[in-house]
Amino acid sequence: MPGSYIPTNYLPVLIIFIIASCFGLVMLTIGNFLRLRRPYPEKLSPYESGMPPVGEPRYRFDVKFYVIAMLFVVFDVETVFLYPWAVAYDKIGLFAIVEMFLFISVLLVGYAYAWKREAFNWE
Amino acid sequence: MNFQFPDLTPVLPEAFLVLGALLLLLIDLSIKNKNATAFISLVLLMVTGFTVYSTPSGVTFGGMFSVDAYSSFFKYIFILSAAMAILVSGRYLRWRNEEHGEYYTLILLSTAGMMIMASAADLITIYLGLELMALSTYVLAGFIRGEVKSNESALKYFLLGAFSSAFLLYGISLIYGLTGITRLNLVASAISESGLVDNPVLFMALLMFVVAFGFKVAAAPFHMWAPDVYEGAPTPVTAFMSVGPKAAGFAVMARVFLVALHSLQADWTTVLVPIAILTMAVGNIIALSQQNIKRMLAYSSIAHAGYALIGLITGTSAGISAMMNYLIIYAFMNIGAFSIVIILDKGRVPASSDRLDNFKGLAKTHPVPAFLMLIFMFSLTGIPPTAGFMGKFYLFMNAVEAGYTFVVLAAVFFSVISAYFYLRVVKFMYMEEPEEGEIPAASMSTAPVSITIVLAVTALAVLLIGVYPEALLAMAKNSALIF
Amino acid sequence: MIPVTWYMMLSAAIFCIGIFGFIARRNVIIMFISIELMLNAVNINLVAMSHYLQDMRGQILVFFIIAVAAAEAAIGLAIIISLFRNRATVHVDEIKEMEG
Repeated sequence: MPGSYIPTNYLPVLIIFIIASCFGLVMLTIGNFLRLRRPYPEKLSPYESGMPPVGEPRYRFDVKFYVIAMLFVVFDVETVFLYPWAVAYDKIGLFAIVEMFLFISVLLVGYAYAWKREAFNWE
Repeated sequence: MNFQFPDLTPVLPEAFLVLGALLLLLIDLSIKNKNATAFISLVLLMVTGFTVYSTPSGVTFGGMFSVDAYSSFFKYIFILSAAMAILVSGRYLRWRNEEHGEYYTLILLSTAGMMIMASAADLITIYLGLELMALSTYVLAGFIRGEVKSNESALKYFLLGAFSSAFLLYGISLIYGLTGITRLNLVASAISESGLVDNPVLFMALLMFVVAFGFKVAAAPFHMWAPDVYEGAPTPVTAFMSVGPKAAGFAVMARVFLVALHSLQADWTTVLVPIAILTMAVGNIIALSQQNIKRMLAYSSIAHAGYALIGLITGTSAGISAMMNYLIIYAFMNIGAFSIVIILDKGRVPASSDRLDNFKGLAKTHPVPAFLMLIFMFSLTGIPPTAGFMGKFYLFMNAVEAGYTFVVLAAVFFSVISAYFYLRVVKFMYMEEPEEGEIPAASMSTAPVSITIVLAVTALAVLLIGVYPEALLAMAKNSALIF
Repeated sequence: MIPVTWYMMLSAAIFCIGIFGFIARRNVIIMFISIELMLNAVNINLVAMSHYLQDMRGQILVFFIIAVAAAEAAIGLAIIISLFRNRATVHVDEIKEMEG
């Protein structure tokens, strides 16, 4: 539609946008002036159930765990498609069976690939 | 319940490509020479292209998947860009010791995702196609595992891509809640029948779609990821990413906005016009200050998304055809320009690779690549007699006819600005001396045959479309008739 | 019975929390969890609407979203691991090889 590109109908949106941004800024500024800032070492230290923190908060897991976890997540979640299929396959007939075997064979390709790439090999 | 076996002929190209890619993944495990894998993937793409050509128009899976001239046109763009990306990849990967067969499988799967997007006639199919494309491309962006830049590129692309697809899904869920349907044409009729046009939730859904697709095609203000991702990704992947997924984004955008949200045209033009102008402004202005050729081409790619958006904004069949025409021209000139960057590549020396200064004095040392780069830069600027000029000309003409003169004025203004940074490359090549102590790219004159083929094809296409655009334009017009 | 609008509000709230988390937090893993939050907000929306409309389509889409989210999680983790191997950080502000 030629000529309809002037967004007069959206003036309220613009106004509410400006008001909202101003509101956020004003609130942050007020908070910044009013709040107390008295840091001391205990307050700044990470909370570990009341105990003084020991060592690094993050361990480094072996990467192998991640690989296994990734494979598990993918193959595990793909089975959600089996549930609706199992409920309805007798109503849908031959196509459902063909379709599901196609789907499973696609998963199998992934499985074979992971196997061949030695993703399951712990050592 | 009466269930009928769906007609599988319309999905034949996609099915073939996906199965071929999966088989390739398995076969590759026992292939030592990765050139063979690349060759097989090229053959697969060629056969897919042929099946796209021979598949008759039709709708299947209960209307979720439709093959028409529009989708076929886009599928040719995807297959072409994938094939060219594969052709230019070999040496780049070899020099970085990352020559793995998975690369080709991923490109094929990404292409299949784009093809599904182009044919999608249902919001669910759009989402699935988009994710297949996106997930493969995330991995491709991080394919050079040892390089932090590549990792970082993949991570940014992944985070922002996933973020944007969440927006897409939220939009889909709103549309579904309002209309009770996800089929694009039925959404349109549901909107007009139940008088939802002024519904604010529908407008919300529209905004969600704009955000999601804006991210996918790298339109400002959703473009922040593009420069980093394009710079860090392997150059052949950048060439592929800046063409294929972008075109797929536009394919889906046109379908969603013109079919499903047809009655909201006044609203989405209101949203898209400022986005288009901002995109052209951001892309062209920031590109001026770039010192890295890939980064410059990334900003240029943002700017070109802005130009293509003009075709969408017109909302007419002619406008869409101009957009499609522009996208295929852009595919040729952009992949051509990136191929030159790949030729200049120096392997594992990231600090000196991709610098704009590498182009200094190129005309003296290597006249042929310099001349080809000149053609691509002229085309990207839009200087006749190159294809870039014709593409822009038809876009602007249609937009003026549809009454968007001021958008066209902005586009022309920013095109003039863009001449500065495109022609700076030309100036570097033809008017400056090669840098002192700079090692010339090792095997520039012995560039692999595959890259030579791509360069020949792209340069010829750019010149040919530039002087004789009628055939392509007629094809695009014919394909856009569905709107 | 709980009206469908309540679910929609819950979903909108979770979606906004997800957006906020993505924008405000700088840890890649937390950003990724925020994205998952957004996806699950969509799932709530779809399931509620699907029940309200007595139509299966929404639930079908939920299945697809869950499956794709799992694939996305696997790819995301893989990318984070390969970055971690080279940089040993999951903080986005420290991941800035490219500036300009």
